[in-house]
Amino acid sequence: MQAHNEHDPGGTPNGLPHRDGGFGSGGSAAGGPQEAGPLVRPYVIAQGRDHADTVRLDMISVVIAAKRAEVDEMALEPEQLRILDLCRRPQSVAEVSAHLDIPVAVVKVLLSDLLNRGLALARAPYTAKSPVSRDVLQAVLDGIQRL
Amino acid sequence: MASRDSENDDHAPVPSALKILVAGGFGAGKTTLVGSVSEIAPLRTEEVMTEASYGVDDLSGVEAKSTTTVALDFGRITISPSLVLYLFGTPGQERFWFMWEELSEGALGAIVIADTRRLETCFAAVDFFERRGVPFVVAVNCFEGADRYEVHEVRDALSLDPAIPVVLSDARSRESSKRVLLTLVNQVAERMAA
Repeated sequence: MQAHNEHDPGGTPNGLPHRDGGFGSGGSAAGGPQEAGPLVRPYVIAQGRDHADTVRLDMISVVIAAKRAEVDEMALEPEQLRILDLCRRPQSVAEVSAHLDIPVAVVKVLLSDLLNRGLALARAPYTAKSPVSRDVLQAVLDGIQRL
Repeated sequence: MASRDSENDDHAPVPSALKILVAGGFGAGKTTLVGSVSEIAPLRTEEVMTEASYGVDDLSGVEAKSTTTVALDFGRITISPSLVLYLFGTPGQERFWFMWEELSEGALGAIVIADTRRLETCFAAVDFFERRGVPFVVAVNCFEGADRYEVHEVRDALSLDPAIPVVLSDARSRESSKRVLLTLVNQVAERMAA
Protein backbone atom coordinates (compact mmCIF):
# COMPACT_ATOMS: atom_id res chain seq x y z
CA MET A 1 0.00 0.00 0.00
CA GLN A 2 1.08 3.45 -0.61
CA ALA A 3 1.89 5.36 2.51
CA HIS A 4 -0.30 8.29 1.76
CA ASN A 5 0.37 9.99 5.02
CA GLU A 6 4.06 10.36 4.38
CA HIS A 7 3.78 13.90 3.30
CA ASP A 8 6.00 16.72 4.23
CA PRO A 9 4.42 18.31 7.27
CA GLY A 10 6.29 21.52 6.55
CA GLY A 11 4.84 24.95 5.98
CA THR A 12 1.53 25.48 4.29
CA PRO A 13 1.75 27.52 1.15
CA ASN A 14 0.52 31.08 1.06
CA GLY A 15 -0.77 30.53 -2.42
CA LEU A 16 -0.94 27.82 -5.02
CA PRO A 17 1.90 27.42 -7.46
CA HIS A 18 0.87 27.92 -11.05
CA ARG A 19 1.28 25.52 -13.90
CA ASP A 20 3.14 26.97 -16.83
CA GLY A 21 1.22 27.08 -20.06
CA GLY A 22 2.25 24.97 -23.02
CA PHE A 23 2.60 21.29 -23.42
CA GLY A 24 5.30 19.32 -21.74
CA SER A 25 6.36 22.19 -19.57
CA GLY A 26 4.90 20.95 -16.32
CA GLY A 27 6.44 22.05 -13.08
CA SER A 28 9.33 20.24 -11.60
CA ALA A 29 8.15 16.92 -10.32
CA ALA A 30 8.45 16.58 -6.61
CA GLY A 31 11.24 14.37 -5.44
CA GLY A 32 10.51 12.30 -2.42
CA PRO A 33 10.15 8.61 -1.97
CA GLN A 34 9.84 6.64 -5.14
CA GLU A 35 7.14 4.20 -6.00
CA ALA A 36 9.41 1.50 -7.22
CA GLY A 37 9.33 -2.09 -6.16
CA PRO A 38 12.06 -4.55 -5.32
CA LEU A 39 14.54 -5.82 -7.83
CA VAL A 40 13.37 -8.75 -9.88
CA ARG A 41 14.79 -10.98 -12.55
CA PRO A 42 11.68 -11.30 -14.63
CA TYR A 43 13.03 -13.28 -17.54
CA VAL A 44 14.16 -16.22 -15.51
CA ILE A 45 10.80 -17.93 -15.33
CA ALA A 46 9.96 -16.86 -18.84
CA GLN A 47 13.03 -18.74 -20.08
CA GLY A 48 14.51 -15.73 -21.78
CA ARG A 49 11.63 -15.33 -24.16
CA ASP A 50 10.90 -11.80 -25.14
CA HIS A 51 7.79 -10.06 -26.35
CA ALA A 52 8.37 -11.11 -29.93
CA ASP A 53 6.50 -14.39 -29.74
CA THR A 54 3.85 -13.29 -27.32
CA VAL A 55 0.23 -12.74 -28.13
CA ARG A 56 -0.67 -9.14 -27.55
CA LEU A 57 -2.10 -8.93 -24.06
CA ASP A 58 -3.09 -5.84 -22.18
CA MET A 59 -2.81 -5.30 -18.47
CA ILE A 60 -6.60 -5.58 -18.33
CA SER A 61 -7.11 -8.38 -20.82
CA VAL A 62 -9.37 -10.78 -18.95
CA VAL A 63 -8.26 -14.39 -18.92
CA ILE A 64 -10.03 -17.63 -18.10
CA ALA A 65 -8.70 -21.17 -18.07
CA ALA A 66 -10.21 -23.41 -20.73
CA LYS A 67 -12.56 -25.79 -18.98
CA ARG A 68 -12.23 -29.00 -20.88
CA ALA A 69 -8.66 -28.70 -21.92
CA GLU A 70 -6.36 -31.57 -21.07
CA VAL A 71 -3.40 -30.14 -19.30
CA ASP A 72 -0.06 -31.83 -19.73
CA GLU A 73 1.43 -30.64 -16.48
CA MET A 74 4.91 -31.75 -17.44
CA ALA A 75 4.92 -29.44 -20.42
CA LEU A 76 4.19 -26.36 -18.37
CA GLU A 77 6.04 -24.17 -15.93
CA PRO A 78 4.83 -24.39 -12.33
CA GLU A 79 3.85 -20.74 -12.60
CA GLN A 80 1.65 -21.58 -15.58
CA LEU A 81 -0.18 -24.20 -13.53
CA ARG A 82 -0.72 -21.62 -10.84
CA ILE A 83 -2.08 -19.23 -13.45
CA LEU A 84 -4.52 -21.86 -14.74
CA ASP A 85 -5.62 -22.60 -11.23
CA LEU A 86 -6.19 -18.93 -10.49
CA CYS A 87 -8.01 -18.34 -13.77
CA ARG A 88 -10.80 -20.79 -13.13
CA ARG A 89 -12.58 -17.54 -12.49
CA PRO A 90 -11.99 -14.67 -14.92
CA GLN A 91 -9.00 -12.53 -13.92
CA SER A 92 -7.21 -9.66 -15.56
CA VAL A 93 -3.51 -9.91 -16.38
CA ALA A 94 -2.90 -7.33 -13.64
CA GLU A 95 -4.76 -9.44 -11.08
CA VAL A 96 -2.83 -12.56 -12.04
CA SER A 97 0.38 -10.58 -11.63
CA ALA A 98 -0.65 -9.25 -8.23
CA HIS A 99 -2.00 -12.52 -6.83
CA LEU A 100 0.96 -14.61 -7.95
CA ASP A 101 3.54 -11.89 -7.37
CA ILE A 102 4.95 -12.18 -10.87
CA PRO A 103 5.71 -9.02 -12.89
CA VAL A 104 3.16 -8.15 -15.57
CA ALA A 105 5.63 -8.60 -18.42
CA VAL A 106 6.35 -12.16 -17.30
CA VAL A 107 2.68 -12.99 -16.79
CA LYS A 108 2.08 -11.89 -20.37
CA VAL A 109 4.72 -14.25 -21.70
CA LEU A 110 3.50 -17.21 -19.64
CA LEU A 111 -0.11 -16.50 -20.55
CA SER A 112 0.46 -16.13 -24.24
CA ASP A 113 2.00 -19.58 -24.21
CA LEU A 114 -1.12 -20.91 -22.47
CA LEU A 115 -3.30 -19.17 -25.05
CA ASN A 116 -1.29 -20.65 -27.90
CA ARG A 117 -1.75 -24.10 -26.38
CA GLY A 118 -5.48 -23.54 -26.12
CA LEU A 119 -5.40 -23.87 -22.35
CA ALA A 120 -6.72 -20.41 -21.66
CA LEU A 121 -8.81 -17.77 -23.35
CA ALA A 122 -8.44 -14.02 -23.19
CA ARG A 123 -10.78 -11.19 -23.94
CA ALA A 124 -9.31 -7.93 -25.15
CA PRO A 125 -10.34 -4.80 -23.28
CA TYR A 126 -12.06 -1.82 -24.81
CA THR A 127 -9.54 0.26 -26.67
CA ALA A 128 -9.42 3.43 -28.67
CA LYS A 129 -10.13 1.30 -31.73
CA SER A 130 -13.15 -0.40 -30.20
CA PRO A 131 -14.49 2.33 -27.96
CA VAL A 132 -17.33 1.97 -25.54
CA SER A 133 -20.89 2.51 -26.64
CA ARG A 134 -23.40 4.76 -24.92
CA ASP A 135 -25.02 1.67 -23.43
CA VAL A 136 -21.77 0.58 -21.86
CA LEU A 137 -21.21 4.07 -20.46
CA GLN A 138 -24.70 4.03 -18.99
CA ALA A 139 -24.00 0.64 -17.43
CA VAL A 140 -20.83 2.07 -15.89
CA LEU A 141 -22.75 5.04 -14.48
CA ASP A 142 -25.41 2.74 -13.03
CA GLY A 143 -22.78 0.42 -11.61
CA ILE A 144 -20.93 3.24 -9.86
CA GLN A 145 -24.17 4.61 -8.50
CA ARG A 146 -24.97 1.21 -6.97
CA LEU A 147 -21.72 1.11 -4.99
CA MET B 1 -5.90 -6.96 -29.98
CA ALA B 2 -5.65 -9.63 -27.37
CA SER B 3 -6.11 -13.02 -28.77
CA ARG B 4 -9.11 -15.22 -29.13
CA ASP B 5 -12.11 -13.54 -27.83
CA SER B 6 -13.94 -16.36 -26.31
CA GLU B 7 -17.56 -17.09 -26.03
CA ASN B 8 -17.89 -20.81 -26.41
CA ASP B 9 -20.54 -22.76 -24.62
CA ASP B 10 -18.03 -24.18 -22.27
CA HIS B 11 -17.66 -21.01 -20.36
CA ALA B 12 -19.25 -18.43 -18.32
CA PRO B 13 -18.93 -15.25 -20.37
CA VAL B 14 -15.53 -13.66 -20.01
CA PRO B 15 -16.12 -10.04 -19.07
CA SER B 16 -14.68 -7.14 -20.98
CA ALA B 17 -12.64 -4.70 -18.99
CA LEU B 18 -12.38 -0.96 -18.85
CA LYS B 19 -9.87 1.11 -16.99
CA ILE B 20 -9.75 4.49 -15.37
CA LEU B 21 -6.43 5.97 -14.30
CA VAL B 22 -5.95 7.73 -11.01
CA ALA B 23 -2.93 10.01 -11.23
CA GLY B 24 -1.33 12.33 -8.74
CA GLY B 25 1.84 12.98 -6.81
CA PHE B 26 3.24 10.71 -4.15
CA GLY B 27 0.98 10.74 -1.13
CA ALA B 28 -1.83 12.61 -2.90
CA GLY B 29 -4.29 9.85 -2.05
CA LYS B 30 -4.42 7.71 -5.21
CA THR B 31 -4.52 4.35 -3.46
CA THR B 32 -6.88 5.72 -0.84
CA LEU B 33 -9.33 6.79 -3.53
CA VAL B 34 -9.01 3.45 -5.34
CA GLY B 35 -9.59 1.59 -2.07
CA SER B 36 -12.63 3.64 -1.17
CA VAL B 37 -14.63 2.34 -4.14
CA SER B 38 -12.94 -0.97 -4.98
CA GLU B 39 -14.67 -4.26 -4.17
CA ILE B 40 -11.29 -5.76 -3.32
CA ALA B 41 -8.52 -4.35 -1.16
CA PRO B 42 -6.23 -2.60 -3.65
CA LEU B 43 -3.78 -4.99 -5.26
CA ARG B 44 -0.24 -4.17 -6.23
CA THR B 45 1.40 -5.24 -9.41
CA GLU B 46 4.84 -4.54 -10.69
CA GLU B 47 5.54 -3.59 -14.24
CA VAL B 48 9.05 -3.72 -15.56
CA MET B 49 9.54 -0.96 -18.04
CA THR B 50 12.37 -0.27 -20.41
CA GLU B 51 13.27 3.33 -20.56
CA ALA B 52 15.55 4.89 -23.10
CA SER B 53 18.20 6.85 -21.34
CA TYR B 54 18.39 10.45 -22.30
CA GLY B 55 20.30 13.51 -21.41
CA VAL B 56 23.58 11.72 -21.86
CA ASP B 57 25.66 11.96 -24.98
CA ASP B 58 26.48 8.50 -26.10
CA LEU B 59 29.43 8.70 -28.43
CA SER B 60 29.15 5.10 -29.51
CA GLY B 61 25.73 5.79 -30.96
CA VAL B 62 24.26 2.85 -29.09
CA GLU B 63 21.08 3.76 -27.35
CA ALA B 64 21.48 3.07 -23.69
CA LYS B 65 18.44 1.62 -22.01
CA SER B 66 17.63 0.96 -18.44
CA THR B 67 14.82 -0.97 -16.86
CA THR B 68 12.73 0.39 -14.06
CA THR B 69 10.30 -1.49 -11.91
CA VAL B 70 7.20 0.52 -11.24
CA ALA B 71 4.56 -0.49 -8.73
CA LEU B 72 0.92 0.11 -9.57
CA ASP B 73 -1.94 -0.20 -7.12
CA PHE B 74 -5.30 -1.03 -8.55
CA GLY B 75 -8.84 -1.89 -7.60
CA ARG B 76 -11.82 -3.48 -9.25
CA ILE B 77 -15.51 -2.69 -9.63
CA THR B 78 -17.70 -5.38 -11.20
CA ILE B 79 -20.29 -3.49 -13.21
CA SER B 80 -22.05 -6.59 -14.54
CA PRO B 81 -21.19 -10.19 -15.39
CA SER B 82 -19.92 -8.91 -18.72
CA LEU B 83 -18.18 -5.72 -17.64
CA VAL B 84 -15.45 -4.98 -15.12
CA LEU B 85 -13.95 -1.61 -14.33
CA TYR B 86 -10.38 -1.37 -13.07
CA LEU B 87 -8.95 1.70 -11.38
CA PHE B 88 -5.18 2.10 -11.65
CA GLY B 89 -3.22 4.40 -9.42
CA THR B 90 -0.37 5.69 -11.54
CA PRO B 91 2.84 7.29 -10.35
CA GLY B 92 2.62 11.00 -10.80
CA GLN B 93 6.16 12.03 -11.43
CA GLU B 94 7.10 13.39 -14.77
CA ARG B 95 9.78 10.78 -15.16
CA PHE B 96 7.08 8.13 -15.46
CA TRP B 97 5.67 9.62 -18.65
CA PHE B 98 6.99 6.71 -20.62
CA MET B 99 4.68 4.39 -18.75
CA TRP B 100 1.64 6.63 -18.90
CA GLU B 101 1.77 6.21 -22.65
CA GLU B 102 1.03 2.54 -22.26
CA LEU B 103 -1.35 2.89 -19.34
CA SER B 104 -3.45 5.58 -20.95
CA GLU B 105 -3.97 3.56 -24.11
CA GLY B 106 -7.62 2.62 -24.21
CA ALA B 107 -8.37 4.19 -20.84
CA LEU B 108 -11.89 5.50 -20.43
CA GLY B 109 -10.49 8.53 -18.68
CA ALA B 110 -8.44 9.74 -15.77
CA ILE B 111 -8.79 11.29 -12.36
CA VAL B 112 -6.01 13.69 -11.44
CA ILE B 113 -5.77 14.08 -7.69
CA ALA B 114 -4.61 17.53 -6.72
CA ASP B 115 -2.95 17.91 -3.34
CA THR B 116 -3.11 21.62 -2.58
CA ARG B 117 -0.17 21.33 -0.20
CA ARG B 118 1.97 20.48 -3.22
CA LEU B 119 -0.09 21.35 -6.23
CA GLU B 120 2.89 21.21 -8.57
CA THR B 121 3.02 17.43 -8.17
CA CYS B 122 -0.02 17.09 -10.42
CA PHE B 123 1.12 19.46 -13.17
CA ALA B 124 2.81 16.72 -15.17
CA ALA B 125 -0.33 14.57 -15.12
CA VAL B 126 -2.54 17.47 -16.22
CA ASP B 127 -0.10 18.25 -19.04
CA PHE B 128 -0.06 14.65 -20.13
CA PHE B 129 -3.81 14.02 -20.27
CA GLU B 130 -4.41 17.42 -21.87
CA ARG B 131 -1.85 16.73 -24.57
CA ARG B 132 -3.10 13.21 -25.22
CA GLY B 133 -6.75 14.20 -25.28
CA VAL B 134 -7.62 11.74 -22.50
CA PRO B 135 -10.82 12.85 -20.74
CA PHE B 136 -10.03 13.77 -17.14
CA VAL B 137 -11.35 15.45 -14.03
CA VAL B 138 -9.38 17.07 -11.24
CA ALA B 139 -10.24 15.88 -7.74
CA VAL B 140 -8.93 18.23 -5.08
CA ASN B 141 -8.20 15.99 -2.12
CA CYS B 142 -9.06 18.02 0.95
CA PHE B 143 -6.53 17.03 3.57
CA GLU B 144 -7.14 17.94 7.13
CA GLY B 145 -4.96 20.79 8.21
CA ALA B 146 -4.23 21.91 4.66
CA ASP B 147 -5.23 25.35 3.53
CA ARG B 148 -8.62 25.34 1.84
CA TYR B 149 -8.87 26.66 -1.65
CA GLU B 150 -11.88 27.38 -3.77
CA VAL B 151 -12.46 25.39 -6.91
CA HIS B 152 -11.78 28.45 -9.05
CA GLU B 153 -8.43 29.04 -7.35
CA VAL B 154 -7.31 25.52 -8.20
CA ARG B 155 -8.70 25.86 -11.70
CA ASP B 156 -6.77 29.11 -12.20
CA ALA B 157 -3.57 27.68 -10.79
CA LEU B 158 -3.82 24.72 -13.17
CA SER B 159 -4.94 26.94 -16.07
CA LEU B 160 -7.52 24.36 -16.99
CA ASP B 161 -9.82 24.32 -19.96
CA PRO B 162 -13.22 25.47 -18.59
CA ALA B 163 -14.70 22.16 -19.78
CA ILE B 164 -12.56 20.17 -17.34
CA PRO B 165 -14.48 19.52 -14.11
CA VAL B 166 -12.83 20.27 -10.77
CA VAL B 167 -14.34 18.52 -7.75
CA LEU B 168 -13.52 18.98 -4.07
CA SER B 169 -13.18 15.51 -2.61
CA ASP B 170 -12.14 13.32 0.26
CA ALA B 171 -10.33 10.27 -1.08
CA ARG B 172 -11.25 8.27 2.03
CA SER B 173 -14.97 8.63 1.46
CA ARG B 174 -16.75 6.21 -0.83
CA GLU B 175 -19.54 8.70 -1.51
CA SER B 176 -17.02 11.38 -2.41
CA SER B 177 -15.03 9.05 -4.67
CA LYS B 178 -18.23 7.86 -6.33
CA ARG B 179 -19.04 11.47 -7.12
CA VAL B 180 -15.61 11.95 -8.68
CA LEU B 181 -16.04 8.81 -10.79
CA LEU B 182 -19.54 9.81 -11.90
CA THR B 183 -18.26 13.27 -12.84
CA LEU B 184 -15.60 11.66 -15.01
CA VAL B 185 -17.93 9.19 -16.72
CA ASN B 186 -20.46 11.94 -17.37
CA GLN B 187 -17.65 14.00 -18.85
CA VAL B 188 -16.82 11.10 -21.18
CA ALA B 189 -20.49 10.78 -22.14
CA GLU B 190 -20.73 14.50 -22.92
CA ARG B 191 -17.67 14.33 -25.10
CA MET B 192 -19.15 11.40 -26.92
CA ALA B 193 -22.33 13.36 -27.57
CA ALA B 194 -20.41 16.43 -28.74
